[in-house]
Amino acid sequence: MTVSDQEITAFPVRVPGAPYPPCPYAEFRERPGLVRSELPTGSRVWLVTRHEDVRAVLTDRRISSNPSREGFPSVARTGGVPSQEQIPGWFVGIDPPEHDRFRKALIPEFSVRRIKEWRPLIQETVDRCLDRMLELGGSADLVAEFALPVPSLVISTMLGVPFVDRDFFESRTRTLVDLKASTEDERDLAVRELLRYIGRLIALKQKRPGEDLVSRLLATGVLSPQELTGVIMLLLIAGHETTANNIALGVVTLLANPQWIGDERVADELLRYHSVADLVSLRVAVEDVEVGGQLIRAGEGIMPLIAGANRDLAAFERPDEFDPGRSARQHVAFGYGVHQCLGQNLVRAEMDIVYRTLFRRVPTLAIDADVDALPFKYDGTIFGLHALPVRW
Amino acid sequence: MRIDVDSGRCVGAGQCVLAAPALFDQDEAAMVVLLNGEPTGDEVDAAQEAENVCPSGAITLTT
Repeated sequence: MTVSDQEITAFPVRVPGAPYPPCPYAEFRERPGLVRSELPTGSRVWLVTRHEDVRAVLTDRRISSNPSREGFPSVARTGGVPSQEQIPGWFVGIDPPEHDRFRKALIPEFSVRRIKEWRPLIQETVDRCLDRMLELGGSADLVAEFALPVPSLVISTMLGVPFVDRDFFESRTRTLVDLKASTEDERDLAVRELLRYIGRLIALKQKRPGEDLVSRLLATGVLSPQELTGVIMLLLIAGHETTANNIALGVVTLLANPQWIGDERVADELLRYHSVADLVSLRVAVEDVEVGGQLIRAGEGIMPLIAGANRDLAAFERPDEFDPGRSARQHVAFGYGVHQCLGQNLVRAEMDIVYRTLFRRVPTLAIDADVDALPFKYDGTIFGLHALPVRW
Repeated sequence: MRIDVDSGRCVGAGQCVLAAPALFDQDEAAMVVLLNGEPTGDEVDAAQEAENVCPSGAITLTT
């Protein structure tokens, strides 16, 4: 049987009201080999759902992240997210060894120790966002008023965006992620405005360096100002909607499991349990390679399903239960291999501080809606909540 | 048990520091630094977790 004759399994789209991750993931894990499927764009892909296989794909040097390679899975353009061709420095789509130059330049800013140093700033930002939400009275949309502003304001402060420009920065990044409220033209405009702004920010830091990430990256001289523009754009986009969705879904899950509030293991278990970035780790085989007993031919697209791996019984006991008491840290919510999320320690710190602060300062916080009827992002690339009505 | 680290493979994720802070650290470049290559007691479990969660295979355990 040739590849073209193989059975094509329908891509498991999320269904409103049905559980997340989609039920077919569990059945896929049981099948021998991998699952041949077709994306809504018509791209054929191998779906990878077992934890071991996902880690194997994401660490195999014969498998590429470069979207300009022949056979790379094509997904519908999501929001205003630009592609690598448009922006130099978009290094999620660059393979080693060229990728290593970007990773090595940036990773010192995201080490465990460096992120610890940023904790007071994160705490201050979380408190300020919470002050603003509480000023609204007894109810609010937690996504719009808290979950989205926190990661945006944290990263803009880390980058050294002047205080007066932070609202501009926040509003444009929000336009990019809010697919319901913005049109494609508005998102294209927001990308152009942000790139122009980042260019000006870099020029400013060249003249007057400060104690911020942009100044320090410029000082290393490893990345050109043009590359740095793309890198900063990537940091903004990659860390915004993902973190916001984790924050909002985490509030829902913790309100249902309040005994875990304040436990330091909560962040990793929430990351595993919700796996919001299920669909983003696209790859293409450069050579023939075998994964999970399946021969993948050179030029064939691969889609590791992160939520599949994170619910694999072979890696986690009672995988569908939320249990921060387990050892969840082998989850692949941040990916795996050389492209593993650069900001993972920042996300952990943000989630930890957010939940401690939110439930301490607002002990009466409750969801102001039927949980099952909440507007989950069944349609987005990143899973999450369009809105989360809360009262206190 | 003996721990070996390969800083050439390290990608600076810091997962080992979170798993076993008594055994691993990161230098100024965020690359792995081995604090103690001969774990004992509870540290053995922590070393195994560090090896398991390392995204780049930079940690090798020998028993």
